Amino acid sequence: MDLHITGGEPTEDERAAIDALLGVPESGWEGAARDIARDGRTAAGGHSVAGQRHRLLPALHAVQDRVGWVSRGAMNYICRRLSVPPAEAWGVLTFYHLLARAPRPTAVAHVCDDIACRLRGAEALCQELETRLGPPLAGGSPAATPDMNGAGVSGAVEAAPALRRAGAPAPAAMAWQRSPCLGQCDAGSAALITRAGAMPERFVLAPAADASAIVEALAGSTPAPPRPTVRWTGTPRLLSRVGKVDPASLDGYREQGGYRALARALELGPERVIAEVTASKLLGRGGAAFPTGRKWDAVRRQPATPHYVVCNADESEPGTFKDRVLMEQDPFAVVEAMTICGLATGAAQGFIYIRGEYPLAEARVGSAIAEAREAGLLGADVMGSGQAFDIEVRRGGGAYICGEETALFNSIEGRRGEPRSKPPFPAEVGVFGKPTVANNVETLVNVLAIVLEGGESWARLGTPASTGTRLFCLSGHVERPGLYEVPFGATLRDLIDLAGGVPGGRGVKAVLLGGAAGSFVGPGHLDLPLTFEDARAAGATLGSGVIMVYDETADIADSLHRIAEFFHHESCGQCVPCRVGTQRQLELLPTLAAPSASSAAAAASVFGELSVAMKDASICGLGQTASGAIESALNLGLIERPVKGGE
Amino acid sequence: MSATIDGRPIEARAGATILDACRDAGLDVPTLCYLETLTPVNACRVCVVEVEGARVLAPACSRRIEPGMVVRTRSPRVDLSRKLVLELLGSSVDLSTAPTLEPLMREYGADPGRFGPAPATVRQSPKVDNDLYMRDYSKCVLCYKCVEACGTDAQHTFAIAAAGRGFDAHISTEFDVVLPESACVYCGNCIAVCPTGALMAKHEYDLREAGAWKPEVQTATDTTCPYCGVGCTLTVHVQDRRIVKVTSPLESEVTRGNLCVKGRFGFEYVNKTG
Ligand SMILES: Cc1cc2nc3c(=O)[nH]c(=O)nc-3n(C[C@H](O)[C@H](O)[C@H](O)COP(=O)(O)O)c2cc1C
Ligand code: SF4
Ligand code: SF4
Ligand code: SF4
Ligand code: FES
Ligand code: FES
Repeated sequence: MDLHITGGEPTEDERAAIDALLGVPESGWEGAARDIARDGRTAAGGHSVAGQRHRLLPALHAVQDRVGWVSRGAMNYICRRLSVPPAEAWGVLTFYHLLARAPRPTAVAHVCDDIACRLRGAEALCQELETRLGPPLAGGSPAATPDMNGAGVSGAVEAAPALRRAGAPAPAAMAWQRSPCLGQCDAGSAALITRAGAMPERFVLAPAADASAIVEALAGSTPAPPRPTVRWTGTPRLLSRVGKVDPASLDGYREQGGYRALARALELGPERVIAEVTASKLLGRGGAAFPTGRKWDAVRRQPATPHYVVCNADESEPGTFKDRVLMEQDPFAVVEAMTICGLATGAAQGFIYIRGEYPLAEARVGSAIAEAREAGLLGADVMGSGQAFDIEVRRGGGAYICGEETALFNSIEGRRGEPRSKPPFPAEVGVFGKPTVANNVETLVNVLAIVLEGGESWARLGTPASTGTRLFCLSGHVERPGLYEVPFGATLRDLIDLAGGVPGGRGVKAVLLGGAAGSFVGPGHLDLPLTFEDARAAGATLGSGVIMVYDETADIADSLHRIAEFFHHESCGQCVPCRVGTQRQLELLPTLAAPSASSAAAAASVFGELSVAMKDASICGLGQTASGAIESALNLGLIERPVKGGE
Repeated sequence: MSATIDGRPIEARAGATILDACRDAGLDVPTLCYLETLTPVNACRVCVVEVEGARVLAPACSRRIEPGMVVRTRSPRVDLSRKLVLELLGSSVDLSTAPTLEPLMREYGADPGRFGPAPATVRQSPKVDNDLYMRDYSKCVLCYKCVEACGTDAQHTFAIAAAGRGFDAHISTEFDVVLPESACVYCGNCIAVCPTGALMAKHEYDLREAGAWKPEVQTATDTTCPYCGVGCTLTVHVQDRRIVKVTSPLESEVTRGNLCVKGRFGFEYVNKTG
């Protein structure tokens, strides 16, 4: 490709960060100092260079981590190294809200102001932070395109006087921004802290008790490791090791039954493994409830090679934190399950795509992979089987849409996370255009028990159509928010009781099932058995296992507004019904509770038609579900007061 | 392969899209982001049709027809989605130079005014940063055609790409630099495919601004480009005995509508001697 690159060279730091990832450039074509004698008769090109594009997002992350933002010089240098046109790299850079493209303080707190945290005071926390640190950066919102010189970046921060007195970092060394759900909804409040530098730090503060705790974390304190609340009924299958095993120890994992499933899978061979998974009737836990066995079988049969395994750990559905807990507390289980999947489906390479807001999960899964490789459980000869399988961790950049599997493939490939049109389905045309199994973390971890117990026996728990157990993420107004594993068929009431019921003995006004992409159900549905089939019959969905409880005092209108903002923020912008529809939805929302009944009815009719078109004509599940929660709230009569105006 | 479209049995070639099959059968399906010479991006959703048994509507422009498929190109569901898509576009984008959308709006009863008094739009000032063509993204429906024409579907220059996300998604050079600082080689192939007039030759833009653009008196004559040995077909648009625009026919096997900077913009000398 004949790149045309103008303006800007990388700084020393930027170059070092990029070279640390990509190696030192070999010729002037790749951005080394020009040397006509060396470079004059050669050119960088062909497949070896074109094949590097998938390193674009990791390279952007490297600069972001080192410097705190991505300059034109840094981006240009990455473009030279990877032979990516700058306009396309810019398209990628501007897609992810964790990447900044204007200078900003090196320490930034991304503070959750999403639905579950709002129920527990997120807005007050944000107000408090605003007093301490000034207005939030606009970076959390991709709508803000600061100008090239960075002058347009809002909220460049003056440290509060109190802070300066305390001898904390100089003014403007820290800033904060609002963030969509950080997947810490059981904590009640959360902040992702990113500190750029030669030793970059990224960690999560959950709970983020108050503004002082956030400011201290920004200034350098590190948080205590998380202690998740996990509970179950009966014998847990997915959570059996959580909290009991040292997530950093392969030996510990093996002592608790780890890697027996892989050994068994090697005995069984790929066909039998797939037969067991099929017999288990395991349905995908990522939201779409597709039969896992069928997916694996389809990939195994594809003549095109190579095959890939992609573990979807992008978990960004507001209210969801189950995959995080599994990855943080039992990372080897995820690695082992992916390995079984790879060997069964004929894939030698797997990717686990972990959302950028999960630094601990990324670190723990990353070191589990390294340990497993060291022990011969990954690599050229997995467990002495003569078969190869390895896993690479990819970090998301802050984009809910990248959880949609085809958007995720594009993201891995170094493209904008725009979903592709299906068909063709991933089993045929997946990442790098090759047959790909894409599975959710929880789905994969289920496979361990299936392989050990046998599919039919495994399927005895749950109901005939929804087999096994399910992880439910309880948040909002319950005594013990946390992760709960129960067999399918437990009722909503069972789960709420398990979580200690509603604080203060208050009544339930509504429950948001399935997250922002799900829907509200009223107290009349508390005896709904939580199965795929019962949820569907009730016009709801289990989605990613979110159960967010709103007590009788809760402000649903406030949540609806945040949900509308969420979809507006997260739409990839590719198709008209969703790109403009999510904007209009946000604008229409306040009018749905208009003072005059007739104007409210008129707004409801426009909203109703819009909602149908978004469901019917959007490319992907984001646009198709973006109006569902609001629609369900309207149907349940939950909108009692005007929803506050959009921005 | 046999399928049914609007109750009519049809035979389609393998690999044909629903749109191909409809056109072969003489049925009209509206399109916006589709063009024969470009890879379908199925982004606008104007072309959606109902496929029996499917949960959602399908884009006719890119969905391949399958044996036994039963397709409805008009139904209350189809019409509602098309109407809403047109309304969403009409309420957010300046469609004043997008002639193909006006009749569609009427046909589907689209009323872009019904989203309240001040719906957000993509309004912004036009980018006039060079002598050859200008970009007015207030008129951009984000059909991706220009990106494809500048990229792998024709020009392979990659000067522009989609940037941003959601309602803020837009077409841009890197860091939004002016065209002369970008990779653009001014082939104008993006102008040729733009369905809304968001991209426009500076010459046409200036005439329009001066109120002197008169399509009704223009003639179009095919000729051969005088510059190089490729011999591209040019369509020369003449108004008041002066060349006001040069295009190339999409159907031309040599150009497929594409030209280079000389063929597309190098006509001033003719006007000077005329
Ligand atoms: C907007 C959107 C976001 C999604 N996010 C996730 C996610 O974070 N994690 C996930 O596993 N699946 C997510 N999915 C579903 C995936 O597209 C896909 O169905 C799933 O990863 C398949 O795995 P499973 O069969 O194991 O569920 C999302 C889908 C959509 C439309
Ligand atoms: S529905 Fe929304 S997120 Fe999905 S492709 Fe369309 S614009 Fe993108
Ligand atoms: S004029 Fe040609 S090179 Fe320039 S942006 Fe348009 S298509 Fe690309
Ligand atoms: S500028 Fe024109 S061709 Fe490009 S995306 Fe916008 S409307 Fe389409
Ligand atoms: S972490 Fe705040 S809503 Fe999930
Ligand atoms: S023409 Fe088919 S989606 Fe645009």
